[in-house]
Amino acid sequence: MSARYAARRRNNAVALALSLCATAFGLGWLVLILFSLLWHGLSGLSLSVFTQMTPPPGASGGLLNPIVGSLILTVLAVGIGTPIGILAGTYMAEYGRYDPLTSIVRFINDILLSAPSIVVGLFIYEVMVAPMGHFSGLAGGVALAVIVIPVVVRTTEDMLTLVPNALREAATSIGLPRSMSIIRIGYRAARAGMVTGVLLAVARISGETAPLLFTSLNNQFWSTNLNAPMASLPVIIFQFALSPYKDWQSLAWTGALIITLAVLVLSITARSLVASGKQS
Amino acid sequence: MPRRDQYPRTAAFSAARQRHTLLVHGATKIRIDEPRFHLGDATFRHVTRAAAFGVLVILGTVIAALIQGSLPALRTFGFGFLTTDRWNPVTEKFGALAPIYGTLVTSIIAMLIAVPVGLMIAFFLTELCPQWLRRPIGIAIELLAGIPSIIYGIWGLFVFAPVLQDTLQPFLINTLGNVPMIAPLFAGPPYGIGILTAGLILTIMVLPFVTAISRDVFEAVPAVLKEAAYGVGCTTWEVVRYVVLPYTRVGVIGGVMLGLGRALGETMAVTFVIGNAHRILASLLAPGTTISASIANEFTEAVGDLYTSSLIALGLILFVITFIVLAAARYLLRRIELRIG
Repeated sequence: MSARYAARRRNNAVALALSLCATAFGLGWLVLILFSLLWHGLSGLSLSVFTQMTPPPGASGGLLNPIVGSLILTVLAVGIGTPIGILAGTYMAEYGRYDPLTSIVRFINDILLSAPSIVVGLFIYEVMVAPMGHFSGLAGGVALAVIVIPVVVRTTEDMLTLVPNALREAATSIGLPRSMSIIRIGYRAARAGMVTGVLLAVARISGETAPLLFTSLNNQFWSTNLNAPMASLPVIIFQFALSPYKDWQSLAWTGALIITLAVLVLSITARSLVASGKQS
Repeated sequence: MPRRDQYPRTAAFSAARQRHTLLVHGATKIRIDEPRFHLGDATFRHVTRAAAFGVLVILGTVIAALIQGSLPALRTFGFGFLTTDRWNPVTEKFGALAPIYGTLVTSIIAMLIAVPVGLMIAFFLTELCPQWLRRPIGIAIELLAGIPSIIYGIWGLFVFAPVLQDTLQPFLINTLGNVPMIAPLFAGPPYGIGILTAGLILTIMVLPFVTAISRDVFEAVPAVLKEAAYGVGCTTWEVVRYVVLPYTRVGVIGGVMLGLGRALGETMAVTFVIGNAHRILASLLAPGTTISASIANEFTEAVGDLYTSSLIALGLILFVITFIVLAAARYLLRRIELRIG
């Protein structure tokens, strides 16, 4: 065995070992983070978390108002963002597949997809909060909708593009107008993928904090008024975790655990939807 | 009337269409109101087109709103806003240099670690990993990408920073802190929180992005190329180093830029562990601030138009930087998609 050959074999072994270490390093963080979430969050998890309001410092309480607030904001964001996203994605995949507008929109959409979410918060502050004169749940919902739209546009376009052209031709051949063939045939064929897109969008916004800090702000009390500041889980976690009070910090951990579990369940559901769609 | 050019314009099609129309009008049982369908069809088409335009409108209004909001600050401080590091809410003197510096340094730390590690994981997943293990590891990496940044923040503050304070930071101070030239980078006491901690948290956050995209472009390398390299006697590492990496270079750079875009704009995780100090110190262990952390920490407490406007101007700078980075990333990734696709 020549020295050169030995060196090549050695380099190969070193590289393989390094790649193994890198993988262990990467996966280690997931384990570590999930473990600390369970460790710190599980002790505080009880029924009262879901039935009581956020407490003043030093008292016991729960996370009912931020949980409800987060749900309202999420529904609002999905309600505003999904129709716009699906329609835009429909244009890009069905009508304007070869339209220059589509490639521009796709490019911009991809950038919006990873644009810093805090900028979205500033944007909504400028166009809604400042003119209205006060923070509101509505502004928070719109801010989250701005984050939902690019996700839904992307998945809708991708999924409709995957629908075989034979289906469209068949629909046209029996005399269906274009819009009907999209709604009745295209959407039905792409349904699993589009639902996945919405689920991914919900997973994405359920932990978003930065866009809510100066739109829906926060609220220590029960409020479902969309025209008033509204509590949300991420913002409460931010506030409680940075507070000096042990009770609040413990509630923040519990809230973090709830969000993470919700996000993991959503992503896994979305993933299995895609997997089952592929099999059938 | 809808535009005709959306339908195939063949003679057979027109004939079929005519026949169909006759049939529809002739039959009494099937009542299809053609004009109404034309109207509905056109409406649907225009609504979808308007929604697609809406995406562009969103981007336009974001830019317009940020420029409008930052005008007072930019008028008052001019170009000096970018080149001074003073940040004094009491005397209303603001400069963006310290947040810009913090944003760049934390992102550079993150990329320096995440890129090699991410590439090695992608290498493992595509070349070494047994088939049955690929999917679970891939899913785990993507779950890591899906964890919200506030979770990284609370974890970084309560778990990661104290550990760093006890282990890595004293170690760096005692070893690299004595090496001439780079000693100032590791000066001062171990605070736990600071620029380095923020950079390390960002590393963990961008790692999944770099890994996922590298894996996807690695998998797109034609098997023939790799087989040819193995055929002439290359080792696994040599195949990756001399065939896979050169072939996928553009895509990998795109993935790296995408990760960089994330790192630059990341807010909550950094806000928890950076220490929010508007100073530029040589030491990586010292507290600092980033653009996004300054906005998140100070915006709701900012009193006075100039203070608010300065923070919005910071947001504008961040948006411009990330826009350029992300646009470059998408351009490169689109190029490799075209080549593969």
